[in-house]
Amino acid sequence: MAKLGIKTRALLKSPWVFHVATGSCNNCDIEILDVLTPRFDVERFGILLAPSIRHADVLLITGAGSRKSMERVMRLYEMAPKPCLVVCIGECAMSRGIFMPSYNMPKPIDHYLPVDAYIPGCPPKPEAIIAGIVKLIEKKKGGK
Amino acid sequence: MYAIYLIVYGIILTGVLGVIASWIDRKVTARIHYRVGPPFLQPVIDIIKLMGKETVVPEGASKTTFLLAPIMGYASISVASAILWMNQLEVTQGFLGDIIVVIYLLTIPSISLMLGGFASGNPLARVGASREMKLMLSYELPFIFAILVPIIKSNYSLRLGQILASQAGGNVFALSFSGAIALIVSIICIQAKMGIVPFDIAEAETEIMGGVIIEYSGTPLAIFRLMKHMMLFTLPFFLIILYLGGFNFQGIGILYSILKYVLMLVIIVVIKNTNPRVRIDHAMRFFWGPATIASIVAIILSILGI
Repeated sequence: MAKLGIKTRALLKSPWVFHVATGSCNNCDIEILDVLTPRFDVERFGILLAPSIRHADVLLITGAGSRKSMERVMRLYEMAPKPCLVVCIGECAMSRGIFMPSYNMPKPIDHYLPVDAYIPGCPPKPEAIIAGIVKLIEKKKGGK
Repeated sequence: MYAIYLIVYGIILTGVLGVIASWIDRKVTARIHYRVGPPFLQPVIDIIKLMGKETVVPEGASKTTFLLAPIMGYASISVASAILWMNQLEVTQGFLGDIIVVIYLLTIPSISLMLGGFASGNPLARVGASREMKLMLSYELPFIFAILVPIIKSNYSLRLGQILASQAGGNVFALSFSGAIALIVSIICIQAKMGIVPFDIAEAETEIMGGVIIEYSGTPLAIFRLMKHMMLFTLPFFLIILYLGGFNFQGIGILYSILKYVLMLVIIVVIKNTNPRVRIDHAMRFFWGPATIASIVAIILSILGI
């Protein structure tokens, strides 16, 4: 295992998440809110919901990325202070799902932004989201 | 000598104790929600992480004020805490009127939040800063009235050392009727001073997205968080000196002192977790109405000697 700097180790121990919806049907957003409830208690791992993009370390992106919203999402990504990870949650955010032939969803999200992890499911269960985040942290710890 | 107090007690010891206090806050909050809560080092990890991140200065912000505001608040809370420790450790070391200096220094963190909010140029931050200003106008009046009670009871002394000395031997002010009323009023006032629920109107995360600190990132945000953690230690410490006879570091007294502090912190956290956020006009009406009347009653009772 590669040796990590103190910055990266601290980042992986307290990732504050910011929630971005790019024209989703709201199911994935509800599942994200479920993860943040006391039942799953992600504060054990230091995960908090950031109120503002300037405090965020992880962008949780849901939805297929419509033409209008992607401009705003790219601006949000530029506004975030920089060691910043991007996680795509749900089938739409991975590959546009059933909206693939839509005139309004030209490209999947990873054509616009560098995506660090994909969490499949329509919508993914809260357990699946936690498993995805754990895999992301393991990947980053493995020294990429 | 003063420099040693400022560095060792004001900055290092208060910083460490404040971080521990914020962990107690988060852990008790988690237990009230039937959760497990964060690990012990979580506040430290948060601060290290924020220091390692990029600092973004928004376009249109006044750069110098924006970056200096957190340092101003942090410095003033360190000095206030150093003065408190100085009086706590050696009662004769204070100077005349140090209680007034402490009251002034404890308002500067709110002013620094306001300055930072206005300097950032964000409309939501401006809303938050103007709310902070109104909140400050409302809570300062009952807070100062409540602080007059220990001054009157210690025979009109403006030295913290004198107030501590007249409470020596278990004769604490909170046990008298007027002292108890003043203590309750001041606990509610420091709730507003620290900006935690039910008076987190200036940083309402669900309506104005962090309010005054919305544009802060990286190191300035870390300093603001450290300042809040230190306030979580310093303000209860101030009230313990005023009403509960300060700390005692001899033998079993250490345990009793820790118990006193943790009890006060847990009361604050329980108030935080069992109340919703109030609106700014409700807060103002509450502080200028019932809280001010209660503190005036406490002043009259203390003049009568009850």
